[in-house]
Amino acid sequence: MSQTNLHELSAAATATAVAAGQVSAVEVAQAHLDRISQTDDQVRAFLHIDADGALAAAKAVDDRKAAGDRLGPLAGVPLAMKDVVVTRGLPTTAGSKILQGWRPPYDATVTRKIREAGMVMLGKTNMDEFAMGSSTENSAYHPTHNPWDLSRVPGGSSGGSSAAVAAFQAPLSIGTDTGGSIRQPAAVTGLVGHKPTYGSVSRRGLIAFSSSLDQAGPFGRTVQDTALLFDAIHGHDPQDSTSIPNTRFEATAAAVEGARAELAGLRVGVVRELTGASGGYQAGVLDSFFKAVEILRGLGAEIVEVGCPSFDYALAAYYLIAPSECSSNLARFDSVRYGLRVGDDGERSLEEVMSLTREQGFGAEVKRRIMIGTYALSSGYYDAYYGQAQKVRTLIARDFDNAFAQADVLISPTSPFVAFGIGERVADPMAMYVNDLCTLPASLAGTPAISVPCGLSDELGPRLPVGLQIMAPALADERCFRVGAAFEAAYNAANGTVLSNIPALGA
Amino acid sequence: MTLNYDDVVTRYDPVIGLETHVELGTASKMFCGCSTEFGAPANTHTCPVCLGLPGALPVANASAIEYTIRIGLALNCSIASWCRFARKNYFYPDMPKNFQTSQYDEPLCVEGYLDVDVQGNTYRVGIERVHLEEDTGKNTHVGGATGRIHGAEYSLVDYNRAGIPLVEIVTKPVEGTGELAPEVAKAYVTELRDILRTLGVSDVRMEQGSLRCDVNTSLSLAGSGVWGTRTETKNVNSLRSVERAVRSEMLRQAEILDAGGRIKQETRHFQETTGTTRSGRSKEEATDYRYFPEPDLVPLAPAPEWVAEIRGSLPELPAARRTRLQAELGLSTEDLQQMVNAGVVEAVASTVEAGAAAGEARNWWMGYLAQLANARDIEAPALPITPVQVARLIALVSDGTLSTALARQAVDGVLETGADVDEVIATRGLAMVSDTSALTDAADAAIAANPDVAEKVRGGKVAAVGALVGAVMKATRGQADAAAVRTILLERLSVSE
Ligand SMILES: [Zn+2]
Repeated sequence: MSQTNLHELSAAATATAVAAGQVSAVEVAQAHLDRISQTDDQVRAFLHIDADGALAAAKAVDDRKAAGDRLGPLAGVPLAMKDVVVTRGLPTTAGSKILQGWRPPYDATVTRKIREAGMVMLGKTNMDEFAMGSSTENSAYHPTHNPWDLSRVPGGSSGGSSAAVAAFQAPLSIGTDTGGSIRQPAAVTGLVGHKPTYGSVSRRGLIAFSSSLDQAGPFGRTVQDTALLFDAIHGHDPQDSTSIPNTRFEATAAAVEGARAELAGLRVGVVRELTGASGGYQAGVLDSFFKAVEILRGLGAEIVEVGCPSFDYALAAYYLIAPSECSSNLARFDSVRYGLRVGDDGERSLEEVMSLTREQGFGAEVKRRIMIGTYALSSGYYDAYYGQAQKVRTLIARDFDNAFAQADVLISPTSPFVAFGIGERVADPMAMYVNDLCTLPASLAGTPAISVPCGLSDELGPRLPVGLQIMAPALADERCFRVGAAFEAAYNAANGTVLSNIPALGA
Repeated sequence: MTLNYDDVVTRYDPVIGLETHVELGTASKMFCGCSTEFGAPANTHTCPVCLGLPGALPVANASAIEYTIRIGLALNCSIASWCRFARKNYFYPDMPKNFQTSQYDEPLCVEGYLDVDVQGNTYRVGIERVHLEEDTGKNTHVGGATGRIHGAEYSLVDYNRAGIPLVEIVTKPVEGTGELAPEVAKAYVTELRDILRTLGVSDVRMEQGSLRCDVNTSLSLAGSGVWGTRTETKNVNSLRSVERAVRSEMLRQAEILDAGGRIKQETRHFQETTGTTRSGRSKEEATDYRYFPEPDLVPLAPAPEWVAEIRGSLPELPAARRTRLQAELGLSTEDLQQMVNAGVVEAVASTVEAGAAAGEARNWWMGYLAQLANARDIEAPALPITPVQVARLIALVSDGTLSTALARQAVDGVLETGADVDEVIATRGLAMVSDTSALTDAADAAIAANPDVAEKVRGGKVAAVGALVGAVMKATRGQADAAAVRTILLERLSVSE
């Protein structure tokens, strides 16, 4: 097997090649580390690259192989980890200055599962600070560039993880999704991204943004690769009280089966409120979306339109609940026990040192959300803001229940927009927030959704990818993968893969 | 302070309220597996969860929930079928997350009561709520005059205590106690402590802080029914302090009100040395804790069957036990009340269980042992002597091995050396001299040494023999039976009664 194209292999093919002894895990890891050193000056997907750790993990896989051990389905496959997931001994900053230099003394459950699967963690990827943003421009360190067009954002908040996989620096990556932070970056970089059912992937070791919404999930270049990673990371964790007992999915099997199957008898609901009837969606996005609907129809699916009127309030509810929880979750960053400490000169009081640290350690968006959340939870305002938002959440869940009585899956564009230019939306928080319009309802309801590439839009000049969001009822994650894989197969058969259109990165 | 307490209570009606924090005696912390053991080197009982490290998540301790339900049931509360933890947000360095996981508007136990007896009257103290939360770490402020954070040179934080399960028990306002308010407050905390100890949910040691009490006090003009502004007194670290804190706060407030002033709503600190309270943080600008349901924990929904099971496994509570003991030991209500006040009911009962007669057991615990305890400013059961040891002494006295005086010396020996009763008797040679020939020798020596006394006795003044008995007792260091000595002396002097 030629080493020059190892980084282009799918995760499934890589694992098969390693297991068959056609290539060593160390060679695979080295090929990806080389790719990173060739391309990351331009993409800047990583905050920290752990070449030694990656090669050691790869060598451990090769040793096991040599010892005759049976390797798991992802052994020897490289992976990029979002920097919000704690990794023992490796810098973990959540994209914030306030955690610069912190090395966690423990592994997140997701990290542990990745290591146990024999995967090779290449490093930690860039993100919007504390996962707050949709462009990765809120990283305290540097923006990340979309490999499709380096002047554009890779989405966010998991933009480092999406850019790394789209740039062939890693076949798989881990992101987290609070309001769309896996699905939207997947859509704007031409990847598959899955936001699992809330509680199916352990949150232990995810630096919390909004506890009731945060969920880790996989990025991949194919539905099957993405399913492989989901199968590796999900499952009940007794150390996360919100983890759902007895969850065991066969997502990979569902993807493999879906890719071969038609969708006869499947009822697909097009969500009226998420298809741009009231404007604001880019024409190129809608065009790709409605072509996707026709592909699904061509597979035998029955297309129905469903109404979810409460979805119109999702954005408002989200921007009360998430900031409220974050204002409390981020209180621990006070300079006392770890991380940044500013102004501790022996003269200043504790309060002054705490304030200075938080003032200099947090970026503008984080401060904005802490302030919004602090206000929303204040006595006298709680009922009108946080309390009301929780009621909206209940209504949204009820809308989903009604819709799923009429359809097996719901679909929408993943985002109203394709990748926008770096710097284009930073001055206007609302222009940034509307990126998540389509992804917020599933976050608020805790239900699973997947984004699958569904076309290209050249409306803004360069050809840029568009994502199709497929939503399923709680715990029906396998359905997302089955339908996603069927769609992917049909789309690719007709058009070739979306990702095959990505321009080569200049040397 | 020139006001007279008796005068104050004729003009003002006190209203008191008590908030008690109890550290539960579970093996592990509230939300992690760290040990709760007291006294370990600083910050050795910590982990990512109780240090509030990024990404750490809490998992509720089922034993702590069970203990809280036990407490709620013992205090006649309803147990919520569904409730949640909440975050209480405020910044302080002893709080690893800068929020405390507590309960807010959905406590685990509500609407109970506890009856306490004071001077023959029963007062029903309403229990508003019993809820579960986590303790904070412990700050030590070094340098500076006050020992408080402001003015300190530096501060040290020990997170061993952070996350220890803590139960808060809040009473409703207690009215109608009049002059007995301080005693009712003390009796409530005493009864509560005994219940918690009986339930086995805490070691309830006020001096170690495993039982902490805040006392709310306000005064209203007698008969007006209009409550005054209340103050909250913290740092009340002993049962006696509970009583003193209420009394001194009543006097302080009365003095202000008499002078036409108004009471400031504030937190005050009780000072053990002066027995008075001093102003702490003002509560007039109430902190906004921004409570909201803890999203990292699922709601608590104790199954009714589980609650019933816990109810069925409750031990006999102190009040029922007292009623039973009163009957079994044949005590008058007054006797019992005295024993309750002295805190010796359990000690007496245990001594009886160990084989002693009820009257003897009572006499020891209310008599010599109480004297010794008073001298040390503790309650008798806190003396380093066990009911089993006391029962052994009583047995030795009743079979004539020891005199009462010797038995007291044996108590002293047990307290001084920590050795067991028989060991003390052996090493100190405290056994009665019952060897007749030794006593006869001692009697002859006493007669020889006091010929004039002996002559008087022989001459018919039998009462004079007392001096000779005293001499023999002295010679045998009190280890002889005085009656036997007397008989022997009269025999040797050939005198009959
Ligand atoms: Zn711990």
